[in-house]
Amino acid sequence: MVNAWTVGGIVAVIAGLVGFFVVLRGSAFAAHAVPNGSFAGAAGAVWLNINVLAGLGAFALLGAAGIGWLGHRDRQDVATALTLVLLLGLGALFLSFTAESAPAAYSLLFGEILGVSNNQLVPTLGLAAGCVALIAFLYRPLLLSSVLSELGEVRGIPRQALELAFLACIALATTMTVPVVGTTLIFSLMIGAPAAARSFAGTPGRALVLSVAIAVAIVWLAIAAAYQLDLPVGFFVGVLSGAAYAIGRAWAAWRGSSARRSARLPASDGGPNDPASAGAFGGS
Amino acid sequence: MTQIAPVSADASPGTAPALAVEHVGAVLGGRQVLHDVSFALGAGELAGLIGSNGAGKTTLLRVILGLQAQSVGVVRIGGQAPGRRASGVGYVPQKFELDPDLPVRARDLVALGIDGNRFGIPLPSRRRRELVQAMLRAVDAERFADARVGELSGGEQQRVLIAHALIQRPRVLLLDEPLASLDLRSEHEVVALLARLAREQRIAVLISAHDVNPLLPAMDRVVYLAGGRAAVGRTDEVIRAEVLSELYGHHVDVLHLHGRVIVVAGPGGEQGSDLTLAHAHGTDLEVSP
Repeated sequence: MVNAWTVGGIVAVIAGLVGFFVVLRGSAFAAHAVPNGSFAGAAGAVWLNINVLAGLGAFALLGAAGIGWLGHRDRQDVATALTLVLLLGLGALFLSFTAESAPAAYSLLFGEILGVSNNQLVPTLGLAAGCVALIAFLYRPLLLSSVLSELGEVRGIPRQALELAFLACIALATTMTVPVVGTTLIFSLMIGAPAAARSFAGTPGRALVLSVAIAVAIVWLAIAAAYQLDLPVGFFVGVLSGAAYAIGRAWAAWRGSSARRSARLPASDGGPNDPASAGAFGGS
Repeated sequence: MTQIAPVSADASPGTAPALAVEHVGAVLGGRQVLHDVSFALGAGELAGLIGSNGAGKTTLLRVILGLQAQSVGVVRIGGQAPGRRASGVGYVPQKFELDPDLPVRARDLVALGIDGNRFGIPLPSRRRRELVQAMLRAVDAERFADARVGELSGGEQQRVLIAHALIQRPRVLLLDEPLASLDLRSEHEVVALLARLAREQRIAVLISAHDVNPLLPAMDRVVYLAGGRAAVGRTDEVIRAEVLSELYGHHVDVLHLHGRVIVVAGPGGEQGSDLTLAHAHGTDLEVSP
């Protein structure tokens, strides 16, 4: 149980961090495809009786490379879908070779967070550190090209190389998180928490920190609830991610309508230059 | 053929122009998009890059930026041919759409103009904050500095992107169709701002547009592109029936209406007669200083 808290916390930090850029860059489909594709690697590893983490990592990177490579030859969504389809096909094949396929598949899809063992702690921590370092290194170019990719390009940021590096971040995050929370849950964590955070916080730094905080809160609440009520962790992670997003949207809508209301108030100089209406954006 | 336009009168003799485009040609997908384009802009000068869709405006801007290789010719920034990437050039892209949910304030985007291409996490510093504030003030964007960029109006977003492009003090500022989606009032404001920035910051400003009219009051020079060729000079030298007819390769009329200029195809005018131009060029297009 203590392991579940620790590992769950680490997973959430990574999901909140990488997910922040996933949402900013509109790469949700890639963040869905890489974990689901890596599932094939895990299934292959079970079949060959080798380290599951190695299989996951290899296929996550393979998926990322496939999306990146096909992505500048075809539309990004088509490239992503093709990569996913290929990997899922392989996954189905590998699963058919293993004797006890159903439980293995289930644990890969939804994770076994309550059964995390001590020897999973060190590799998770190592991969997490690598992932944090990579995101910190790429922070400014990622942010700039997420706002407008042309702005990055004229500053000499190679668009394709950056995209590949970011897909590698997703692959790293996938490798460490899938054994713990499964392919489905890492996806909902990577999207729900950052999408909610950007509604509340208007600056990149604050939104990033809030994204991590929301992800950690979701995971810990989900573990506690699952333990108490004896229901699957995945159910709570999914529902809480959705709830966080819904609250974020409601807040953004309220903020928007209150900004419009105060913009309509009689202004001191009557024009759009009035600081009162500008202040009502309150973007921070 | 098109002559290299002289540097502005107030640039002292002997100093290199801020931007010099010399005999540039470009091929895109096997098609010759630019033919022997030459012009120069001095510090403090504002020029319009005028032409219809497909005239080669964006290609020319990409060549100046170093994002697209020219097949022949040289581009010099402050007298020097840049490497693969033009470092002394600021750029505001065409038709951008910013997500209103983006957690990035106007001031964050301007700050990314300082070091957005560097690796690692930026350390907050007073110098950085003051630099951003000064730049926001220069483009008159202080009052919406803390709003999310995606929630700003088109004209406000233009200002923020101009500040982003100028914060590293480039010699040249390029804007690709900045007036395309603006209402009349924002159009005037942006043009007036660019004219003021060109003067105050001593930069050469090149603005691409399909309509010459919004730029008329501010323009020192016009680069008129048609079929990949350019006519260069002062507005009254270039926007004339003889010059543009030759450039287009068929007869066009230039009408003046309440201070506005309207270029229309004349009777019997046919598009795509570049051959005529190839035979005729070299006479009327000669633009004298």
